[in-house]
Amino acid sequence: MMAVVAARGLRKEFEVKVRAGRLRRTRRTVAAVDGVDITVERGEMVGYIGPNGAGKSTTLKMLTGVLTPSGGEVTVCGLSPVRQRTRLARRIGVVFGQRSQLWWDLPLAASFDLLRHVYRVPPAEHAARLRRCRSLLDLDAFLDTPVRQLSLGQRMRGELTSALLHGPEVLFLDEPTIGLDVVSKQAVRGFLAELGAGGDVTLMLTTHDLADIERLCRRLLVIDHGRVVHDGTIEALHARYGSRRRVVVELDEPLAVPPEVLGATLVGVTPLRIEYDLETATAGELLARLAGLALREVSIVEPDIEDVVARLYTRERAPVTDAP
Amino acid sequence: MRAYWALLRGQASSQFSYRASFAVDLVANVWSTALDVVTILVLFGVTRTLGGLDLHQALVITGMSACAFATGDMLIGNVERITLYVRTGRFDTVLVRPLRALPQLLLLDLPLRKLSRAVLGAGIYLFALGTAAIAWTPARVVLAVVAPAAGVVFFGAMFVITASVAFWWTESGEFGNAFTYGGRDFTSYPVSVYSGWFRNAFAYALGFAFVSYYPALALLGVPDPIGLPGWVGWCAPLIAVAATALAALIWRLGLRHYTSTGS
Repeated sequence: MMAVVAARGLRKEFEVKVRAGRLRRTRRTVAAVDGVDITVERGEMVGYIGPNGAGKSTTLKMLTGVLTPSGGEVTVCGLSPVRQRTRLARRIGVVFGQRSQLWWDLPLAASFDLLRHVYRVPPAEHAARLRRCRSLLDLDAFLDTPVRQLSLGQRMRGELTSALLHGPEVLFLDEPTIGLDVVSKQAVRGFLAELGAGGDVTLMLTTHDLADIERLCRRLLVIDHGRVVHDGTIEALHARYGSRRRVVVELDEPLAVPPEVLGATLVGVTPLRIEYDLETATAGELLARLAGLALREVSIVEPDIEDVVARLYTRERAPVTDAP
Repeated sequence: MRAYWALLRGQASSQFSYRASFAVDLVANVWSTALDVVTILVLFGVTRTLGGLDLHQALVITGMSACAFATGDMLIGNVERITLYVRTGRFDTVLVRPLRALPQLLLLDLPLRKLSRAVLGAGIYLFALGTAAIAWTPARVVLAVVAPAAGVVFFGAMFVITASVAFWWTESGEFGNAFTYGGRDFTSYPVSVYSGWFRNAFAYALGFAFVSYYPALALLGVPDPIGLPGWVGWCAPLIAVAATALAALIWRLGLRHYTSTGS
């Protein structure tokens, strides 16, 4: 069974003009995507993150046939995105968070109807998919409103629907939650989670909001300076970049010298409160070791993915060679 | 085909959703073509012949040019909006649909309000054909129909070529207009009124002489004062086909060079 997305050594170079002197400009070639390998299997939900300008959108545009790669090989659903662009377009759904695919001056429902013809979807299939989207995304209240009058959250729900009406095998989402309020974000995430739960649709999304990833994606691809610097689960990312779970222990009686625990680092001490970062020890081992103390409250703080990623982004470029 | 028809429907209902503005546009679009005719009339107020042709004969050229340009502009002129699509990145959404890029681009914004201009252009052409004392033969009837159609194709190719520049040069702005609207103005008059390098460049290097001037001479049976043989007027479709091939090539290269914009 062939991978849904298979990219090897994918590159995209841009020429930029750099000021050199008062009037002179020289051309310089910059690699926005610099040898990216991605394999995504059917039914996977992959989060694709990285700082601004890391090459996320450029990668997505090469996978969807919008941009011609400067190098490397890529197939999506077994097709070559640029050469077989229109054939591929029937089998994928694309949402660019900052661009609309809808007809600005027409009611949302009219856009959906036009898309049925554009993608040549049988009426019954189209109706069934639309019914599902309408109930899951609460579209009924604004189906007859011209798209230009929709709020951003409403429009994004419309965009998602429009990308799904032809029953795509893969969904590419570029910043689907950008600019949305909390309620709309929840709605979009809930909808995507529901979609992914079926296991038929493969989903790849870029985002700046890591909550999207934590809610939706088991697998995380981190790109920086055009290269994949992490490919794996969120847990693996934490393990690799040294984020630790933290155990916070509150005591009934003040303690002068907190006990040392093998495999855990003492990171905070006040008379009534001690904090450990777990290295190799488990929370259970730590608590067993503290059993003699007068414990009032114990809590375990999961590492914050934002921190890890922030650390990842600010790292030097050097260690990228160990990327998988 | 049904899919493209859907795009056209979407565009039509979008435009009709602003009914008043659509009506105003329809009327306003008549002016530029009407002005071309007025210009000719004014010129003939000063002189009896223009490039060896009398008023009615010159009007065949103006009418053929107006008809070809207005129709080409309505159908294909909108490709110049590619600069906007490229600059704003909206072109990305065109490329993710299962349709060819160029027809999509044209149908998504087809300016139906320019229909009035095309109709006026056709009217002027028909009027000129009726009053220019043409010795009709079956071949000339065919040419009278084919020549403006070839002109539409030729102007369409010009629009596509000049718009493709946007793929390399996003800020191309009004650059293309020199060759499209400039070409319209050039083809409104007999080529024999121009001279020097300007004539050579526009008439022969760029091919504008074959849009209206030579086909009109062939219809009228008037020899070319510049000295080209009579059969060149019948070559208009070939020139249009050549221009289209060039346009297709440049468009494809442009698509491959398309670099989108940031997220």
